[in-house]
Amino acid sequence: MTTMTSPPRPDTGPAKKRSEPNKAKLTRRQRLSRLDVKASPYLYIAPFFVLFALIGLFPLIYTFVVSLNDWDILSGPGEWIGLDNYVAELNDPYFWNSLFNTMSIFLLSAIPQLVAAVFIAAVLDQNLRAKTFWRMSILIPYIVTPVAVAIIFSSAFGEKYGLINNILTSFNIEPVMWKSEVFASHFAIASMVNWRWTGYNALILLAAMQAVPRDIYESAALDGAGAVRRFFSMTLPSIRPTMIFVIITATIGGLQIFTEPKLFNPTSANLGGAHREYQTTVLYLWDMAFNRGDFGKASAIAWLLFIIIVGIGLLNFAISRKIASTEVKVISKRRAKKLARYRATTAASASTTGAPAATVVDEEKRS
Amino acid sequence: MSTTSPPRAPEKVTDARTQAKENRRGRGRARGLAERPGFFVYGILLALFLGGSYPLWWSYVVGSSDNTAITETWPPLLPGGRFWINVSEVLSTVPFWQSLLNSIIVSTIITTSVVFFSTLAGYAFAKLRFKGREGLMIFVIATLAVPTQLGIIPQFMLMKELGWTGTLGAVVVPTLVTAFGVFFMRQYLVDVIPDELIEAARVDGANMFRTFWNVGIPAARPAMAILGLFTFMTAWTDYLWPLLVAPQNPTLQVALSQLQSAKYVDYSVVLSGAVLATLPLLIVFILAGRQLVSGIMAGAVKG
Repeated sequence: MTTMTSPPRPDTGPAKKRSEPNKAKLTRRQRLSRLDVKASPYLYIAPFFVLFALIGLFPLIYTFVVSLNDWDILSGPGEWIGLDNYVAELNDPYFWNSLFNTMSIFLLSAIPQLVAAVFIAAVLDQNLRAKTFWRMSILIPYIVTPVAVAIIFSSAFGEKYGLINNILTSFNIEPVMWKSEVFASHFAIASMVNWRWTGYNALILLAAMQAVPRDIYESAALDGAGAVRRFFSMTLPSIRPTMIFVIITATIGGLQIFTEPKLFNPTSANLGGAHREYQTTVLYLWDMAFNRGDFGKASAIAWLLFIIIVGIGLLNFAISRKIASTEVKVISKRRAKKLARYRATTAASASTTGAPAATVVDEEKRS
Repeated sequence: MSTTSPPRAPEKVTDARTQAKENRRGRGRARGLAERPGFFVYGILLALFLGGSYPLWWSYVVGSSDNTAITETWPPLLPGGRFWINVSEVLSTVPFWQSLLNSIIVSTIITTSVVFFSTLAGYAFAKLRFKGREGLMIFVIATLAVPTQLGIIPQFMLMKELGWTGTLGAVVVPTLVTAFGVFFMRQYLVDVIPDELIEAARVDGANMFRTFWNVGIPAARPAMAILGLFTFMTAWTDYLWPLLVAPQNPTLQVALSQLQSAKYVDYSVVLSGAVLATLPLLIVFILAGRQLVSGIMAGAVKG
């Protein structure tokens, strides 16, 4: 089949053109074909861009417009008040409280999770028997949806009869008020995130570890580097890009945490705890928009959070580049030194004749 | 713990350390086999497996008992016999089957749309030449990190304006395309289809779409499966948006959360609901867990 599938043109086939049918047909076909080649790529990417603009980008930008207005859920757009919503939010202790809670939960989940995921990945990155089984086994928590996780953990962290407090009491430890203490509640919520995502991230890091060429490890082992040394000076640096990827994804997701704190204690009077102990920013946004009906302020909160997320993402990126570039510098400096020393010794040995090459090696080892 | 030799290239291993170790242990393992890690490593893995699945097991144990189980001082290990009784309580409290059907519909539509449009756009970015390709691709990459969820207020206003609130259409719309999907397909297709193959199809007289259909799609199939699996998971687990636009026509997650909001919370019923809602994904996991694992690992290397 050819380009003839395209719809017939209205000017097709007037009798006069019959005199040179071949030529006319060919050029038309060529013209259509050229149009096909030129237009097709745009047609293929158009659905994505059009839909994305409509449902992703436009709402985000329009949020900014809403944030500049006094906009109520019922009365609709009110007057233009410039940055007043932002000023109000930046002076609102509840906003800062939500930001503090979000960051606290994020750090309590991201850091232990990354450390544990690297450890698990290193354990899995060995010549295991039944490796698919072990890889699957650490992924089990991932198939439990966040809502189910929140339900399970909020029962387990129940203050009166929860699993955790029962265990604590049986060890004669005072039960912890998981739902009314700030730090305890953050810990409980972070543990939900950790439980669900650690195995998933471990698999991502495992893939990165497996991409490191094995003969590098072999030669390092031959040079006498132990397992720990190899892990810190070879494995970790080579999986850094993947770690950055994991951190950035965790940041974007973690700062928008909603389901876990929302369902942590459904009987609580306020969203996110009786005294907003674990009210995260998205929860605060939700409360502002759909309970209090202040779309203007809620939009300002959305934009402030947006700026924070993008800012932290860029910061991660910048830090990782900085680390990478200083490392390159250190390595190249070391190399330059070694090279200079090597040249000096070879020059010396050339003049004195027969200086053993071993000295060079010794020197290098000492450095 | 073993200090070891590389798992991936077993035949290469002849290094002195491994051999010395083997000799020391007096184990006559055949030469050329990579060293297997010791019991300690399997111990860690087993602990991770048991610890990782315990919360789920615990919910099944409590969910299959009466509501006194949760008060037991020592964590219960064996299930009771009331699972189906509790489940019937769940079924009478929330519209479980309707919400399950809703979730299936929503996730299927989203997955089909994301996979198709991502493949189409990813193919264009990977294999076709056109003006502005680089710039548009950079735009796609830049939007990867944009938290589009923060646009919920205008999205909600739009759904209200259209009168779609309460319908599954409203649930589906905001995630019909994702930048990640396009990026993922582009990364995959750029290496996997040789340009010659496309040229050959063109020379044979296939038009652009036919070339995409007969050359692009077959080559893209493995990546489409992975993208589909993850898109499905994401759609299935989503909670914030369906809760906002269609609480009266709930997806499974919304229905599940409604269990918890009863005045008197019976934990064994709530937890049996959580287990019940996990079952569909557990079945998927048993059937396609291997693909899920390799999908995550492939995505990591590509992404």
